[in-house]
Amino acid sequence: MERPLTKNFRPDKKAVSLADYERSGGYEGLRKALRMAPADVTEQVKRSKLRGRGGAGFPTGMKWSFVPMGKEAPHPKYLVANADEMEPGTFKDRALMERDPHQLIEGMIVAAYAIEADIGYIFLRGEYECSHERLARAIAEAHERNYLGQNILGSGYSFELHLHASAGRYICGEETALLNALEGKRAHPRTKPPFPQVSGLWGKPTIVQNVETLCNVHHIVNHGPEWFLGLSLTEDGGTKLYGVSGKVKRPGLWELPMGTPMREIIDDYAGGMRDGLCFRGALPGGASTDFMVEEHLDTPMDYDHVQKAGSRLGTGTMVVLDDQTCPVGMVWNLEHFFAQESCGWCTPCWSGLSWTEKILLAMEEGKGSANDLETLKFQTMFLAPGNTFCAFAPGAVEPLQSALKYFADDFRRHIEEHRCPWRS
Amino acid sequence: MSVEELTVATIFIENQPRQANPKQNLLHACLSLGYDVPYFCWHPALGSVGACRQCAVKQFRDERDAKGKLVMACMTPAAEGTRISISDSDAASFRAAVIQGLMQSHPHDCPVCDEGGECHLQDMTVMTGHRLRTYSFGKRTFRNQYLGPLVNHEMNRCIQCQRCVRFYREYAGGQDLNAFHLRNSIYYGRHEDGVLESEFSGNLVEICPTGVFTDATLKQHYTRKWDLQMAPSICVHCSLGCNTSVGERYGTLRRVVNRYNHEVNGYFLCDRGRFGYEFVESPARIRHPLVDGKAATKSEALERFGTLLREGNAIGIGSPRASLESNFALRTLVGPERFYAGIPKGELQLLNSMLRILRQGPARSPSLDEIEHCDAVFVLGEDLTNTAPIMALRLRQSVRQAPMRIADGLHIPDWLDHAVRGAVQDAKGPLFVASPYATKLDEIATATCRAAPDDLARLAFAVAHVIDPSAPPLAGASKDEEEMACKIAKALLEAERPLVVSGTSCMNQSMVEAAAQVAWALCKAGRPAALSYTAAECNNFGLSLLEPRPLSEAFRAIKDNPETTLIVLENDLARRSPADEVDSLLRDVRHLVALDHLGNATTEAAELVLPAGTFAESDGTLVNSEGRAQRYFQVFDPSSEVQSSWRWLAEGAAAAGLEDQVLGHSLDQLTAVMSDVMPELRTLPSVAPPRSAAGKIAREPIRYSGRTAMLANISVHEPKPPDDPDSALAFSMESGPGVVPPALRPFFWAPGWNSVQSVNKFQDEIGGPLRGHDPGVRLIELSSRPNWKYFSVIPPAFAPQPDSWLLVPIFHIFGSEELSRHAPGISQLVSQPYLAVNPIEASLLGVKAGEQLKVLIEESQYELEVVLRADLPRGIAGLHAAGPPLDGITLPVYCRLAAVGSELSARGAQ
Repeated sequence: MERPLTKNFRPDKKAVSLADYERSGGYEGLRKALRMAPADVTEQVKRSKLRGRGGAGFPTGMKWSFVPMGKEAPHPKYLVANADEMEPGTFKDRALMERDPHQLIEGMIVAAYAIEADIGYIFLRGEYECSHERLARAIAEAHERNYLGQNILGSGYSFELHLHASAGRYICGEETALLNALEGKRAHPRTKPPFPQVSGLWGKPTIVQNVETLCNVHHIVNHGPEWFLGLSLTEDGGTKLYGVSGKVKRPGLWELPMGTPMREIIDDYAGGMRDGLCFRGALPGGASTDFMVEEHLDTPMDYDHVQKAGSRLGTGTMVVLDDQTCPVGMVWNLEHFFAQESCGWCTPCWSGLSWTEKILLAMEEGKGSANDLETLKFQTMFLAPGNTFCAFAPGAVEPLQSALKYFADDFRRHIEEHRCPWRS
Repeated sequence: MSVEELTVATIFIENQPRQANPKQNLLHACLSLGYDVPYFCWHPALGSVGACRQCAVKQFRDERDAKGKLVMACMTPAAEGTRISISDSDAASFRAAVIQGLMQSHPHDCPVCDEGGECHLQDMTVMTGHRLRTYSFGKRTFRNQYLGPLVNHEMNRCIQCQRCVRFYREYAGGQDLNAFHLRNSIYYGRHEDGVLESEFSGNLVEICPTGVFTDATLKQHYTRKWDLQMAPSICVHCSLGCNTSVGERYGTLRRVVNRYNHEVNGYFLCDRGRFGYEFVESPARIRHPLVDGKAATKSEALERFGTLLREGNAIGIGSPRASLESNFALRTLVGPERFYAGIPKGELQLLNSMLRILRQGPARSPSLDEIEHCDAVFVLGEDLTNTAPIMALRLRQSVRQAPMRIADGLHIPDWLDHAVRGAVQDAKGPLFVASPYATKLDEIATATCRAAPDDLARLAFAVAHVIDPSAPPLAGASKDEEEMACKIAKALLEAERPLVVSGTSCMNQSMVEAAAQVAWALCKAGRPAALSYTAAECNNFGLSLLEPRPLSEAFRAIKDNPETTLIVLENDLARRSPADEVDSLLRDVRHLVALDHLGNATTEAAELVLPAGTFAESDGTLVNSEGRAQRYFQVFDPSSEVQSSWRWLAEGAAAAGLEDQVLGHSLDQLTAVMSDVMPELRTLPSVAPPRSAAGKIAREPIRYSGRTAMLANISVHEPKPPDDPDSALAFSMESGPGVVPPALRPFFWAPGWNSVQSVNKFQDEIGGPLRGHDPGVRLIELSSRPNWKYFSVIPPAFAPQPDSWLLVPIFHIFGSEELSRHAPGISQLVSQPYLAVNPIEASLLGVKAGEQLKVLIEESQYELEVVLRADLPRGIAGLHAAGPPLDGITLPVYCRLAAVGSELSARGAQ
């Protein structure tokens, strides 16, 4: 099985050196891209059916096609790597950055070249100190080898890359809030339209892309879209970094063909549930996705199949719920996080999530009522897409709305028994 | 906001076709059509950001779409064919749910909250129908901050609508108020307790839809809005004439709020105008006539007045802060040849020049709304933030005009506020500020020029010559001057609506002419330039229209013949003339009659003092710097001895048996005479409808309470409300049928709209002109036969003198204006008088900041604190007068300076 994203990973988890990276074909993709026209690079990415790995799954090539190109286009244009990985349960971008930093850099340069961007930023989660150190060193190395800077490899193309550590808060992972944060403003999202491709960072055309997405770009150029499509088990192209956390035997991260069934990932790679525990459900792509349960275990883990099963692939890092853990407590933990991270811009989110987590805590403490259940149901509809300013709140209530559906009994017991039945 | 209405779109609301402006959003469209859609974060002056989610409506793809989806009206263009329902049940329950969310942490403060009764949150809550609270958890709370004596802070009530910081930071350019923290506990405040720095901070009390920011002065004597007796008024604290709505109860003035006038102030007031009103309640108020220094009755006073007038030989000194009517009554009483301007000769000359310039054309005097839409501005010699604050606020919006093309190019509608600002970034239209000292508008200026007044005039003459080479050139211009002149000229020529602003602040005739020269050159070059002159007080222009004689001639007349009765109208001569001259005059003159509101040096020396009504106790017309005549109406019922000066003068004339000088017993009679006598005042009676033309208009809202109990201590019989002989306004709750004309509207209110947002119901297009028409009548228009030629006298370059400094005034919004200084809140914010010098010159003089400096002007010596200002040019000293006697120093003048403790010789001083 080909594993382009993780093939260089060292067993000792140290960063791949520049020398090793080049030896294994590193920066060949860049060389190839520089010999193509930028529009052709985009075309390749389009044909590869690469979809955004940050959670939304938007076709990457199509996203780039909205960037104004050519002599009349405004400059500078920006490429931003969204490295603000903070979704609870998600740890894939961290692995990519810590263990093979040059891969991200090469991917960024090729993507930047495709959209004729002049300046790039890696917006890095502030807590990822190890990634920061390793990326900073890799950027300096890339500069020295003229992979970055003026007139890259004599091609005439110039690209400056800056590493920026975020000052904090989950909402910065939302691409337009990220842009506000990068500009030094309060990190709340922006309305779209106008899209960042038209008016992004400092009002200029900007593409914001997830780390894992960018890491695929130069591979596509290097080996071609057909190769990329061939890596996958389904319609989408490429491989996917899948993660599993929860009470499984071997929590971890694996690069597998896109569309690998959930059961295979959990049982074969994560070793299945720990002894004495049964599978109750899983959030397929981090905290802000809907629960999938037993009946969904054979779902191929790609964007469309997971959506048909009533959830979202999101980041593809699964959080597994076992049958000895209280679902209400788990949902409270997640809603507590989301309530805490609401930016405060729009009423349904900042008011609704606060009320929601208070109710869940009360339920856990045995003080919940039937009215509370009505309120929770109401909040999941109140915080729907379009009702709120951005996708944060709708994502935040996904685990709650699916828990109310699949674990209704647990909620009912908390209320009727005036306690959490899972606590002794 | 752009103003064109090129096309009209048809939209469908509840399946009914309606017309909308396709350049606007649906919320604006619905409100303009009269639909009640609730909202918080949107504001006509601030545009849409989509934060509160209150304005949700259901949008349908077409007639067949039965499901539709919720959209925010403020974020959706009113495009052709748009189909929405406001009453849709999903939309209605969503809107109620938003209120429910806002109410989770909102305290049950209504009974003790100052906002109650004019609270937008109350109104919107009732509008959405949300009633029952099921939220049972704790509410988040905050510690409040001290923000100064003018604005009160109560953060628990906050609904996070973002309006305060958007207005304060984005619209008004303030920096010390910000949003802190996140989620449901965003905190709007300063990084630490302290006085809010923006001159427009008071607008927070109207911008905030709840009781977070409230009027701290009102709080000292709080009254509910519905309990106030109100009247339409005009601010008297600068020359812009912003429209206000004033409210009183139990005979004391309680507060001032903005009264929307699309052409003048729009939605905002400055802090001086909002909080200066408390001078009306100052302990220094003259409330009874004084004869020979002792309290007297009205009849005693009029008897003395009659006696004095019968003696003959009376002269009158008018006032730039008294109404046209009062000034005219005095002029008639003493005769036009014996009526003098109550301002220094130089200032009168400047005003006469300005009037001539604005009439003989071709540059027009613009309204403040037009100023906001100018796309290139040249400010010559004015510190507008302190002298004409609302003009400065308008100019902050004007620099957004030219860069709008960036947003247009990206198809971003101009009401989508944050998207526009994101696309435009720091780009600003051209604004050039040329002044003797640094001003706050400098921070948004393209370029600034710091120089002595004559040099600023020279720069402007150079600009005119670049624009039109047939204008006289500037001989001996330096390379820098030429470069700057070219830069300014180019920007003005490339604009569609260029503007030149100047005024009387520098007391420089050349500057006034040079400003005209630039505007005229632009007109000649095919660019329809606007020319705006500001003045110091609320009726300088009005006073000048009455053609008073120069003040110096009054002083000479009294010196020549002390056996004179001098009648001083609403003026403190100590502010208009140097102390020694005033002292001699007050000593020499035989009889002195003073009419004024507050005690001062002139009233103290007067044999007869008549208590003149302020704007709150009298009716009158003021002419603002645009040339717009606007009328204010009294709010107090006439139960005290205080009355309009023009009424005192009429009654005095009657007491003296001078029937010819009695112009009538009512305002309408007086204005009719004025319009007959003075051609420039021909349209004066149309400034507001006369008493007979309009039906009764209540000063009190229909919920006014306590009417019968209020006077029960005097008599249990309910008295007939006093009559108002001067207007259709009534001192009661009773209104006749019919629409109230905007010029007579005491306050805005509509059923379900108790807050300031009710003004929506009186505009045809929200944010546009008032229905009827915006109050005021322009008196200064271009003559139909423009008759002008370029000014040919250009002053020589300013040469700093070896040991004397040219004094220029330094203005402060709090402290430079006479009346507002007496308001307790504002008096805490005024600075003491000081003399500012360049640090280099200070060190040559051997003085440090904060030390005292000896200042010799002509024969008078003063001691002033030193302030160092590196922005002052060499040879220029800045004087912040903050009151008489320093106010009385006639500028321009040179002074000598020395450190206290060293010799300051009077010989050789100019």
